[in-house]
Amino acid sequence: MVTIDIETEDGRREALRRMLTIRAFDSTASDYFADGEIPGFVHLYIGEEAVGTGACAALEDQDYITSTHRGHGHCIAKGLDPKYMMAELFGKRDGYCNGKGGSMHIADVDAGMLGANGIVGAGPPLATGAALTAQQKGEDRIALAFFGDGAVAQGQVHEAINLAATWDLPAVFLVENNQFGEGTPVDLQHNVQALSETAEAYDIPGFTIDGMDITAVYEAVGQARERAASGDGPTFIEAETYRYRGHFEGDPQPYRDDDDVARWRERDPIETFKDRLVDRGELTEEEYEALREEAESTIEEAVDYARNAEDPAPAEAYDDMFAVPVPEIEQFADRMRADGGTR
Amino acid sequence: MSTETQTSYDPDQTTTMTMREAIRQALREELDRDEDVFLMGEDVGHFGGVLDVTDGLYDEFGDTRVRDTPISEAGFMGAGVGAAATGSRPVVEIMFSDFLGVSMEQVMNQMAKMRYMFGGKTEMPITVRTTEGGGMGAASQHSGTVHTWFAHFPGLLAVTPGTPAAAKGLLKTAIRSDDPVFFFENKMTYEQQGEVPTDEEFTIPLGEANVEREGEDVTVVATQRLVGESLSAADELDGDVSLEVIDLRSLYPLDTDTLVESLNKTGRMVVADESPLSYGVHSEVVARVMENAFFSIDAPIERVGVPDTHIPFSPALEGEVLPDAADVRRAVQRIT
Repeated sequence: MVTIDIETEDGRREALRRMLTIRAFDSTASDYFADGEIPGFVHLYIGEEAVGTGACAALEDQDYITSTHRGHGHCIAKGLDPKYMMAELFGKRDGYCNGKGGSMHIADVDAGMLGANGIVGAGPPLATGAALTAQQKGEDRIALAFFGDGAVAQGQVHEAINLAATWDLPAVFLVENNQFGEGTPVDLQHNVQALSETAEAYDIPGFTIDGMDITAVYEAVGQARERAASGDGPTFIEAETYRYRGHFEGDPQPYRDDDDVARWRERDPIETFKDRLVDRGELTEEEYEALREEAESTIEEAVDYARNAEDPAPAEAYDDMFAVPVPEIEQFADRMRADGGTR
Repeated sequence: MSTETQTSYDPDQTTTMTMREAIRQALREELDRDEDVFLMGEDVGHFGGVLDVTDGLYDEFGDTRVRDTPISEAGFMGAGVGAAATGSRPVVEIMFSDFLGVSMEQVMNQMAKMRYMFGGKTEMPITVRTTEGGGMGAASQHSGTVHTWFAHFPGLLAVTPGTPAAAKGLLKTAIRSDDPVFFFENKMTYEQQGEVPTDEEFTIPLGEANVEREGEDVTVVATQRLVGESLSAADELDGDVSLEVIDLRSLYPLDTDTLVESLNKTGRMVVADESPLSYGVHSEVVARVMENAFFSIDAPIERVGVPDTHIPFSPALEGEVLPDAADVRRAVQRIT
């Protein structure tokens, strides 16, 4: 169950658990990437947990999301199993993508997760398309595109929003303004003061919210979902948040001021939400510690599972290209592997 | 290659129609047959298609099944990809193939890769129709033949009809396919007439070439407009050299068996396709027969295409670079 009600005590506790699971997943991924056990590139969501969690909590289970380079948090928020996610990071057959996608491409279309994406700005057109299917079929589902501040400079993002606005598609465009587009601060990439100002160009609602506050995200996305589902078209939301880590793990981050990190950390989305629940008497520090440990052990189990899972067989590299396989792939593979001699 | 869309039909029931009508009929029948199918593109609705291919479909099926898009190829190509991944069967029209470049991110990194990257956990039942080719004085940005890019790129299927019957059968298969299929129409063939099966279950499997005319001396492997040009060349040379003319029809997958079988008979081959000559369809056909029928080759294989230029505007120049029956005839004469 992806949907939770943050208006209820159980819902709030579940939201906190989800944010802690995301942080544990990404902290762990960071460690194993540093150790060399996880290949490729890894882009972490630490610091941005309130956005993915708050947004997905406000969606219905049948809704679609599209994601970004930084997709682990969106996956967990959408209800994907960290075990198969970690197996994918380790390149194992039991990973969500059978080891073909890795960190940047985790997807589970049946769960409404249309893929993390290695191309900045490629997700919004896909969300527009998923919303188009919903409208064509008269289904009660919407599509939400997560994308970063960097993607707001990409032309196809604007084409996707224009299309969705023109056709009143059930879509939500949610910018995670984490202050950096790859290695360049956001104010060096955009002239507008608030990215949400771009909504005016499409005559759709647009507003900027505090992305460190899960309640603010939940409420904004809830309203946007309602508008989308009732046929009034898309909403553009900018959630101001902060990327604690580099663009990718190993990024030397010459563009970052350490004071900034400290300042944003004072507004940490998990800590502040926890404090609020403690203040309200809904949670004790001990219970919080127990939730945190539970999240960490969930991820440790995921790592155990991933480590012990099987590698794909080399020949599986040739699977999954087409629904109806073409003869070329097998024939070329066979020819490449042949030892020579007279044919 | 077998496809699950292969069905039986009555081959004797045919009507004479143009390529344009055959394509429109395929679209109409598939829109009728499956509610998940819809068309979208620039001017495909109200306007009826800039070359009249979709004329009338908007009135028949309405504005949700035949959608006029903004002029934003990346946006609506991407929307097609997202729609296909979520249970629709979009048929996206790119008005001129030269505009495909505008949408290439969504083609290369999303449409072509999603199924593979996701470990087979999505299908991508999208068809992209577009027009190619010179001959209208439309100059370089409206006359290109780009199909080799798509035949080359892993994860995409690419077909090019050379006859009205092929157009109808291949387009219906493309729309029913769960994989992304690019359907390349040569704009100079829209008025070409032929016998087309009227049976609504008439489909042509992807990956099958068709022998349009049997012959003994030289195999001409042709695509699109050059199928007709090659048949004309065969008529002109009749009694002197006997040409076997094959409509390649499917660029990827490619029907190596039919090519090899024909070459085994004739020993000589000309490959005629309107794409630029370097690194294209021509080269792939030559490589396939080299790998599979080397000892049947009795003469150098000849290529007929565009000599690596863009298509110029002036009719005096355009006629120079576009291949035709005379080019096919000269190529045959060079190797016989």
